[in-house]
Amino acid sequence: MERLVTLIPLFPLAGFLYITFLSKGLSRSFVGTVGAGAILLSFVASVLVFSTQLHGEPVVVKVFDWITAGSFEVDFAFLVDPLSTIYLLFITGVAFLIHVYSAGYMHDDEGFNRFFAYLNLFVFFMLILVLGDSYLTMFVGWEGVGLCSYMLIGFWYKDMRNNDAAKKAFIVNRIGDLGFILGMVLVFIYCGTLSFGELYIMDTAISGLHGEVATAAAILLFVGAMGKSAQIPLHTWLPDAMAGPTPVSALIHAATMVTAGIYMVARSSQLFQMSETASAVVVIAGLLTSLLGATIALTQNDIKKVLAYSTVSQLGFMFVALGMGAYTIAVFHVITHAFFKALLFLGSGSVIHAMGGEQDIRRMGGLKSHMPVTYWTFLIGTIAICGIFPFAGFFSKDQILAHALEHNIPVFALLMLASMGTAFYMFRMFYLTFHGHFRGSHEQEHHLHESPRVMTIPLVVLAVLSTVGGFIGFPHAIGESIGIHHWLDHFLENTVVMSYSTLSAGSEVILAVVAMAAAAVMIWYAFSVYVKKGTRALEDDEVESQAHRLLANKYWFDELYDATIRRPADALSGWLSRLVEPRMIDGAVEGSGRLTRWSGEAVRTIQNGSLTTYLLAIIAGVILMLIWLN
Amino acid sequence: MLTLALIALPLISALLIFALGAKPARTLALGSSLLSLLLSLGAYYLVHAGQTELLAFDQAWIGPLGLRFAFNLDGISLVLVLLTAITTPLIICSTWNKEISNPHLFHGLTLLMVASMTGAFTAADGLVFYLFYEIALIPIFFIVMSWGGENRVRITLKFFLYTLFGSLFMLLSLLYVYHHTPNGSFAFEDLYAAGRMLSAGEQGLVFAGLFIAFAVKMPVFPFHTWQPATYSTAPTAGTMLLAAIMLKMATYGLVRIAVPMLPDGIMEYGSWAIVLSVISVVYASFMAIVQKDYKLLIAYSSIAHVGLISAGVLTGTDTGIAGGTFEMFSHGVLSVGLFFVYDILERRMGSGEMARMGGIREVNPLFAFLFFAIVMGSVALPFTSGFVGEFLLIQSLATANIWYAVFGGLTVILGAVYMLRAFQLMMLGEANVHTRSFAALSRQETILLSIIVALVVVAGIYPAPLLDIQAEALHNLIGSFH
Amino acid sequence: MELIPGVTTEHYLVLSLILFCLGIFGILYRRNAILMFMCVELMLNASNLALVAFSRMWGDTGGQVFVFFIMVVAAAEVAVGLAILMLLYRNMGTTQTDVLNKMKW
Repeated sequence: MERLVTLIPLFPLAGFLYITFLSKGLSRSFVGTVGAGAILLSFVASVLVFSTQLHGEPVVVKVFDWITAGSFEVDFAFLVDPLSTIYLLFITGVAFLIHVYSAGYMHDDEGFNRFFAYLNLFVFFMLILVLGDSYLTMFVGWEGVGLCSYMLIGFWYKDMRNNDAAKKAFIVNRIGDLGFILGMVLVFIYCGTLSFGELYIMDTAISGLHGEVATAAAILLFVGAMGKSAQIPLHTWLPDAMAGPTPVSALIHAATMVTAGIYMVARSSQLFQMSETASAVVVIAGLLTSLLGATIALTQNDIKKVLAYSTVSQLGFMFVALGMGAYTIAVFHVITHAFFKALLFLGSGSVIHAMGGEQDIRRMGGLKSHMPVTYWTFLIGTIAICGIFPFAGFFSKDQILAHALEHNIPVFALLMLASMGTAFYMFRMFYLTFHGHFRGSHEQEHHLHESPRVMTIPLVVLAVLSTVGGFIGFPHAIGESIGIHHWLDHFLENTVVMSYSTLSAGSEVILAVVAMAAAAVMIWYAFSVYVKKGTRALEDDEVESQAHRLLANKYWFDELYDATIRRPADALSGWLSRLVEPRMIDGAVEGSGRLTRWSGEAVRTIQNGSLTTYLLAIIAGVILMLIWLN
Repeated sequence: MLTLALIALPLISALLIFALGAKPARTLALGSSLLSLLLSLGAYYLVHAGQTELLAFDQAWIGPLGLRFAFNLDGISLVLVLLTAITTPLIICSTWNKEISNPHLFHGLTLLMVASMTGAFTAADGLVFYLFYEIALIPIFFIVMSWGGENRVRITLKFFLYTLFGSLFMLLSLLYVYHHTPNGSFAFEDLYAAGRMLSAGEQGLVFAGLFIAFAVKMPVFPFHTWQPATYSTAPTAGTMLLAAIMLKMATYGLVRIAVPMLPDGIMEYGSWAIVLSVISVVYASFMAIVQKDYKLLIAYSSIAHVGLISAGVLTGTDTGIAGGTFEMFSHGVLSVGLFFVYDILERRMGSGEMARMGGIREVNPLFAFLFFAIVMGSVALPFTSGFVGEFLLIQSLATANIWYAVFGGLTVILGAVYMLRAFQLMMLGEANVHTRSFAALSRQETILLSIIVALVVVAGIYPAPLLDIQAEALHNLIGSFH
Repeated sequence: MELIPGVTTEHYLVLSLILFCLGIFGILYRRNAILMFMCVELMLNASNLALVAFSRMWGDTGGQVFVFFIMVVAAAEVAVGLAILMLLYRNMGTTQTDVLNKMKW
C-alpha cells in the first residue's frame, strides 16, 4: 500500500515531465492520452488506497527526510486517512474527466502540449497538498497549485490582461500564504512538530497550544485558507482568474484548488475547536463571502463570472459549516460542489466553444435546441446547486442550513437569503443562455453546434454524479428512520471533530421543504422575468439604479484596494527611491566624503609656498612649545 | 592540508595565468576551478565521514603576538566552500562567449578572489579571517575598475573606501577581545571564551563594531548605498562574484564570529541589528518594486534576501544558523542565475531596461522557462532551495519575536510582487520591435542556466545533504553557548 | 677658569644668543636664498659657540667633539645646498624665495 500511495502523485508528475521534455513532434491525441492516462492511473491507485481505508487505520508513509535543521525537523511524508483518501478520490476522478474534456476543448490551441503539462503538474501538487502529513508538506502542494494556477490563468500570455489576472492571483494568494507560514511557525514553536499524524491523529502534541496562542495560530492558518479559497477580503482574485481556459476554471478554480482552504481547516479541526474566536471569525468571513458572492452574481453577464461568484458564495457556505463545527458537512459540500460546479463550468465551456469564444450571456439565448446534451446536463448542475431534492447539492446545503438553524438563527436567515439568491442568479443565467431567442451575431448563430463527444461524455458523467452524489451523506435524522445512514459522517468520524445534528426527523423534513420552496419561488421568479416576460439583461451603459451599479462593480473592492494598498505602496516606493535613498541615506554617505574633501580644501590654503611664512610658523611653533613646556 | 590546497590551488593557478598570458587563460581558469570543485567534494566526503584531521591546519605565524596561521573546515564552512567551488566554474563559463580585454588578468583576478574568499570561509583564527576578508577586496577592486561600465572610477572608489572603512570596526572589535584572551590569541576558541567573559554591555559594543563591518559588506540598510551602483556598473561576472560569494563572507562572519562570541551582548543589546536587518528586507523590496532596470532590481532583491539571512542568524538559534547557511548557498546559486539572465539580456538588448522588453517568451520559450524557474526560486516557492532557507529563517525569527517574523515574512509577498512584475514586463505579452529578433540561447547558455535550475530544484526537494552536513558543526557552535 | 679675565660663560652665551637671533631675523627678513643660507650658517655657528662655551664651563670635551661634527655636516650641507641653489638659478633665473613659490596647493 505504501508504494501505491507514493505512486499516486508520481503518475501526474511523470506525465508532466514527459510532456514537457519529450513531447516534441508527438500528435495531440497522443499527448492528450498521456495526460489523461496519467490521471486515470492515479485515480485507479486512489481507489485502491481508498478501499484500504474503509476499514483500516490511518497510515503515515514516509517518503524521505526532508528538512532537518537543528531542532527543526520535518519529514516528507504522506498521511493516508479517510479525509485524505476521499479527497484523493474526487480530485483524481474529477481531474480525469476534465483532462478528457480538455482534449476536445483545447484541441485547436497552439499551446495544447503545454496545457496538458501544466494540468498534470497541477494535479501532482494538488495530490501532494492532500496527501501531505505535515503543514509544511501540505504547503508544498499549496504553493505548487498556486504556481500552476498562475501559469494557467496566464496561459494565453500574449494578452496582458490575462497576465495581470495571473499575477493578482499569485500575489493575493501569497498574502494568505504568509498567514499560513506564520500559523505553521506558531504551531511548531508550541507543539514541536508540524506533522498531522503527531498533532491530530495521535492527539498528543496539540496540547502545547491553548488560549490566545491557539486562537492566533488558528486565525493565521485561516488567513491562508482565505487566500486560497477566496474569502473576504482576499476574494478578489478568483473572478479575475476566469481569464484562464475554461477547463482550468472548472478544475482549479471551482472543484479542487479553491477548496484546499476547507481541507486545511478540516484537517486542523481540533485546533479550530480549541478557539471559539477563531471559529467565529471563520463563520463571519464565510457568511459575508457567501452573501457577497450571491449578490454580485445577480448582476454579472459573463457566464464564467457568474459561475465564479457562485463559487465564491458556495465556498462561503462551506466555511460557515466549518466555523460551526460541522467539518464533515463542509467536506461533503466540497465534494458535491466539485461535481456540480465542474459540470457547470464544463457546460459553460461547451457553450463558449459553440459560441466561438463569446462569454456574454446577453449575446446568447435559445441554445437549448442547438446543444441538447449541454442543455440537459447544465440543467442538472443548475438544479443541484440550487439545492433541490434529490440532487447532490440538496443534501450538503440542507445540512449546512440545519446546522445553522441549530446554532445561530441570524446566520441561518442570512444563509437562506444567499441560497435564494443562488437559485435566482443561476436560473437567470440558465434562462438567458438556453431559452428565448438567439441574440448574438449571424456568424455565431451559424457556427452553433453541439460539442464533440469527448467533451459531452464528461458532462454526462458529472451530471450523473451531481444527481446521485448526495446520497453518500444522507441526513441522520431522516436516514435513521428509513434505514439509510450518513456514510460520509461515519467514514470520517475518527479523522475530524464531529458535530451531530440534534434536529428531529420532523424538523429536518420541514426545513428541507421550506428551503426547497424558497428556491422554487426564486426559480419561478427568474422564469417569469426572463422567459415569460422575456426581459433582457441590461447593457453596461443602461444601468441606472445605484444598487445595481454597486453590485455590477463588485462592491468596488478592486477600486478600494487600489486606493488603499496599491497606490500608497507605489507612492511609498516612489518616495523612498526618489527622496530617502538618494538624498537621505546616500546623501549621508556622500556627505561624509564631501566633508573630508571640504576640510582638505579649507586647510590647504595655509600652504602658500612662501618660505618666509613657513619659517615664521616654525619659529612661532618653537616659541609656543617652549612657553608650554615651562 | 586539504583546506590549504583549496586555498593554494586557485592562488597558484592565478599566478600561472598571469604568467602565461591571454591565450590559455580561460581554459586554465576553468580547469583550475573544476579541480577545486573536485577537491571540495572530497572535503565533503571527509566531513561526512568525520575525518577532520585532514581538514585542519595550524602553524605558528608571529609567535610573540600569538598569531597563528590556522584553518579548519567544518560543516558550516563546507557549505560556503562548496558554494564557492560550484559557482566559480559557472561564473567563469558565463564569460565564455564574451570578448574581454586582457582575459588573463580577468581570470587571474577572479581566481585570486576565490582563493582569498575560500581562506576567509575556512579560517580558524580571527586575524586570518580578517586578512582574507580584506584581501578579497583588492582583486574585485581591479575587476570593477578595469572592466566596469559607466562611472566606474567614482563608484569603485566609494565601494572600496566604504567597505574598507567598515572593516576597520571589525579589527577594533577583534583587537578588543584579543586583549582579553589570557595569553593573547586570535584563535576562534580563545576569542569565544574571552568574548563570553565580557559583560553584556561590553559584548554589545564589540558586537556593534562587528555588525557595522558586516552590515556594510552584506549590505544591510542603511549601509547599502554602495551596492546597487557597484552591482550595476561591475562587469556581470564581477557582480556574480560580489553577490554570490563575496557578501557571504559577511553573513558567514556573523555565524562564525559574532553569534558564538557575543551571545549575551546580542541577546540584550543586539536587537537593533535584527531590526535593521528586517527593515532592510522591507525597504529593499519596496525599492525593488520601482526599479526600471533589471540589474538594479536584482541588486535590491539581493539586499532583501540578505537582510533576512542576517536577521535569522542573529537570533542565535540552531534553526536560524542552519537556515541562514543554507540560504547563503541558495542565494549564491540564484544570484549567479539571475545575473546570468541579465548577461543574456544585455548581450541581446544592450541594456537591462525592462520597459524596452516584452514578449520574449513568445520568441524564446526555452529561455523564458529557465528564467521562470529561477524567478520561482527567488520568490521562495516550495521545492526550490529558496523556500527551505527562507522558511527556516522565518521560523527562527518567530522564536525571537513574532513581529520580526511578520515583517521579515513580508518578503514572501513583496518578493512575488517585484519578481513577477519584472518577469511579466520582460517575458510576457506580445513581442515588440526590440525583442522580435531576440536570439536563441547558445548551447553554453542553455547548459549553464539548466545547471543552475537543477541545483535550485534539487536543493529544494532534497536539502538534506546540505543541512545534515552542518549538524555536527552546528552542535559545536551552538552547544558552546546554550 | 676664564680664558680671558672678566669674560664669563654668560658673555659667550649672550653673544651666541645675539648671533642666533641675527640669523633668525636674517632668514625672516631676507628673500635671497643665498643670504638666507648664510643666516642658517650663522645660527649653526651660534649654537657651536654655545656648545664650546658649555664644554669649557663643565670641563667636558664632548661638546667640542659635537662642534666638529656640526662643522663637518655643515660643510657637506653647504656643498649640497649651494649646488641646489646653483641649479635653481640656472633653471629659474633667480634665487629670490618670494618668486620661488611653486610648491603650494
